[in-house]
Amino acid sequence: MNFKTALLGAAAGSLMATAGLAERGSDGQVNIIYWQAPSIMNPYLSGGTKELEAASLVLEPLARYDEKGNMVPYLAESVPTVENGGVSADLQSITWKLKEGLKWSDGSALTSEDVKFSWEYCTAEGGGCAQSEKYNDVVAVEAPDELTVVVKFGVAKPFPYGPFVGAQAPIIQKAQFADCLGPKAPECTEANFAPIGTGPFVVTEFRPNDVIQLEANDNYRDPAKPAFANVVFKGGGDATAAGRSVLETGEFDYAWNLQLAPDVLANMQAAGKGKVVSSFGTLVERIMVNLTDPSAELGEERGTAKHPHPILSDKAVRQALSMAVDRELLVEIGYGDAGRPTCNVLPAPEIYKSTANDGCLVQDIEGAKKLLDEAGWVPGPDGVRVKDGKRLSLLYQTSTNAVRQDFQALIKQWWSEIGVETELKNIDASVFFGGDPGSPDTFQKFFADVEMYANNFDGTDPEAYMANWACKQAPRPETQWQGNNMPRYCSDAYDALVAEMATTGDINKRAELAKAMNDMLMQDYVIIPLVDRGRVSAHSNTLGGVVLNTWDSELWNAADWYRIK
Amino acid sequence: MFTFTLRRLLLAIPTLLFISLIIFLLLDFAPGDPTAQLPLTIPPEVKAKIRESLGLGEPIYIRYLLWLKQFAVAEPLHAFDAIFGTDFGAGMQRVVSWQTRSPVGDIIAQRMPQTLWVVGMSYVLGTLIALPIGVISAYRQYSWFDQLGTFVSMVGYSVPTFFTGVLLIVIFAVNLGWFPSIYDTTHVVTDWDSFAFQVRQMVMPVSVLALYNAAQISRFMRASMLDNLGQDYVRTARAKGMSEKVVVLVHVLRNSMIPVVTVIALGVPTIFGGAIITEQVFKVNGLGQLLITAIYANDIPMVQTLTFIFAILIVLFNLIADVLYGILDPRIRYD
Repeated sequence: MNFKTALLGAAAGSLMATAGLAERGSDGQVNIIYWQAPSIMNPYLSGGTKELEAASLVLEPLARYDEKGNMVPYLAESVPTVENGGVSADLQSITWKLKEGLKWSDGSALTSEDVKFSWEYCTAEGGGCAQSEKYNDVVAVEAPDELTVVVKFGVAKPFPYGPFVGAQAPIIQKAQFADCLGPKAPECTEANFAPIGTGPFVVTEFRPNDVIQLEANDNYRDPAKPAFANVVFKGGGDATAAGRSVLETGEFDYAWNLQLAPDVLANMQAAGKGKVVSSFGTLVERIMVNLTDPSAELGEERGTAKHPHPILSDKAVRQALSMAVDRELLVEIGYGDAGRPTCNVLPAPEIYKSTANDGCLVQDIEGAKKLLDEAGWVPGPDGVRVKDGKRLSLLYQTSTNAVRQDFQALIKQWWSEIGVETELKNIDASVFFGGDPGSPDTFQKFFADVEMYANNFDGTDPEAYMANWACKQAPRPETQWQGNNMPRYCSDAYDALVAEMATTGDINKRAELAKAMNDMLMQDYVIIPLVDRGRVSAHSNTLGGVVLNTWDSELWNAADWYRIK
Repeated sequence: MFTFTLRRLLLAIPTLLFISLIIFLLLDFAPGDPTAQLPLTIPPEVKAKIRESLGLGEPIYIRYLLWLKQFAVAEPLHAFDAIFGTDFGAGMQRVVSWQTRSPVGDIIAQRMPQTLWVVGMSYVLGTLIALPIGVISAYRQYSWFDQLGTFVSMVGYSVPTFFTGVLLIVIFAVNLGWFPSIYDTTHVVTDWDSFAFQVRQMVMPVSVLALYNAAQISRFMRASMLDNLGQDYVRTARAKGMSEKVVVLVHVLRNSMIPVVTVIALGVPTIFGGAIITEQVFKVNGLGQLLITAIYANDIPMVQTLTFIFAILIVLFNLIADVLYGILDPRIRYD
């Protein structure tokens, strides 16, 4: 016996010890509650988080992210890289090798044809695939043999892990979905409700927007898993009730997304039936500063780059607005353990996190006043600062949401202390985030001076996210008011960094670029980051193996869950 | 009577068509977007494609006529096929929900049992409690029973169900642990044990709703009884030497029931509407919860179909109330 086998043996031994007498289906039933109920089990037809996560019990990608944001192979043998030859030197193709002997839950073999088909399904014309962005720039997917998949891109892709990676882009079975391409996708109700998958569980009954019943997959690749024979996945109600059912009554084992007031959660946890777990990803609650003039008199040209904002074009004002905010207090009031103050719009993963802007963590009202004084904004008779006949008065909009309205009230108070008058406005979320070009109240149109919302990005690679603030991304009439650059920020230096990142493959170099872009946005104060928001869930004290993951589905490792006896 | 009913039924058709148009236009003009709830990580171009695949690119009159055809022709044919095993409706496009991409009719059929069990049961129970309370309260006006009845009605009427519901959960589910706080919609009654479980999980939602329904109906019953008790025919009946039992339960009760029956009949459609709040509180995922989630998700075909079904039921039960009037009161005949 050499050293390696000894290590293997020890590892296997410790596995046995932790998992107890692991045997498939030996631990009975696990009850999961999502207070938003899943409507469909096909993530390609719904971009909603609740659907993605429910489907992740059944459908799996080639690779997914672990709780630290590292990529782990699932259906693939290993993660292809340039070093191991899986990614071509010109960054235009990636070759995945499937694990051998993988089976669908119906017993048939998983082949590279299924992987290829998943791409065809999502990119078929007229299907309205919600995840088609994952397959951007893919020109062909080839299946040279049963276990090999080659994805070819039309451009160099320094980060080629969009297709078939993460909960958003799983592999679906060709045999089941072959007749469901394009406009026919919604007709395949049975397949959409009970897709055949490779994951640890199989759907036995799906009731849309109500409850899903699943049982262990007999053909799952690890014969000892999953430990649970059945899953009941209940949906509906509200976050409070979901938290109560896990932490207080113990009816359920796992409750998702408990965005509740910190003291409410603490009280529930005191009942002693379960514990609250939280983890941080990339979601940042932020204030966007409008650099264009939103005043209605401008008609068609309001909110476009032709008319710079009369007040907010002054960087001193933007900086003062940021300095006046007490982020610690916002966290304490709004999020508790589920939030932490941040000074970056790109707060994670670790290698992308800048430390250059941490000064914002301390509120500095006096400094903000001084800054405004120096910039020539002097307090008028009513305390509101004036310069060249322009009053420092802002319209501050956000979506209707209790925490956001608290934040608005607090920030309005701080801004009034430095002589800025604020008018508050809140808009129903379905309109605000709706993107209807006919509505004046969307967050893209941004017919206000500042607006607040939260955003993040899928996976761990910030390239597309940071490209949001390129000049061409500004929403404007020519783009039907679509686009992600809400502040209408436009800088040649920034655009150059975006272009450079698109062609850079080296991870450390990419990290430097992303940090530089983040710092540029922060130091120009066009985005005022407030809170890095985590994910909060709760699980019962008898449910073991839960590892909260913000980079992938929360249920990513449900195969490893077990009952603590 | 028959021709009256027939005439009313025929008149209902243009009324319903008009209602359906109004509902359609209201929903269409209301702001909102079915892709609004999707995460911001999904880019706007993809959202535009999704909207297109939902048929939002078509002009409004085409969408209305298409929905009308699907609702009035395809859905009834499918329901007929499902019951009799025929296939008249094969290949016809049904009303499809935007959230689930599955036929709206199937989901409604799946939700109906929960709602009928919980909300329907509470209505029956509420009515059964309310009628005797109303009668006794009126007969012994200002007695302690009447005062108590008034108090309970006021509580049932004025305390919202989202408060009583949560209160019951905190007391009976969290502290005492007697009843489950979350309703299991997949539970099937097969034997006594499973029946007992069904009863246990229905106790809290049914009592919350029954209290509310009973409060309303018992007040109507009491008022109507009081109106009649003072009438001349009551004195006549007593003068003829009839027993109090006959006077109250035959003469007065029958006459007092006329307005109450209308109230009860007009309340029946609201059962099908589900109890949005109570269903949400107890996670009885019935029609009410279906409607509210569809509204949140801007699932227009679902909202439209549900509200239109409610409209049909309201028109229908108005007619039933009118016919019942005629049966209860011989003076009112419509011929």
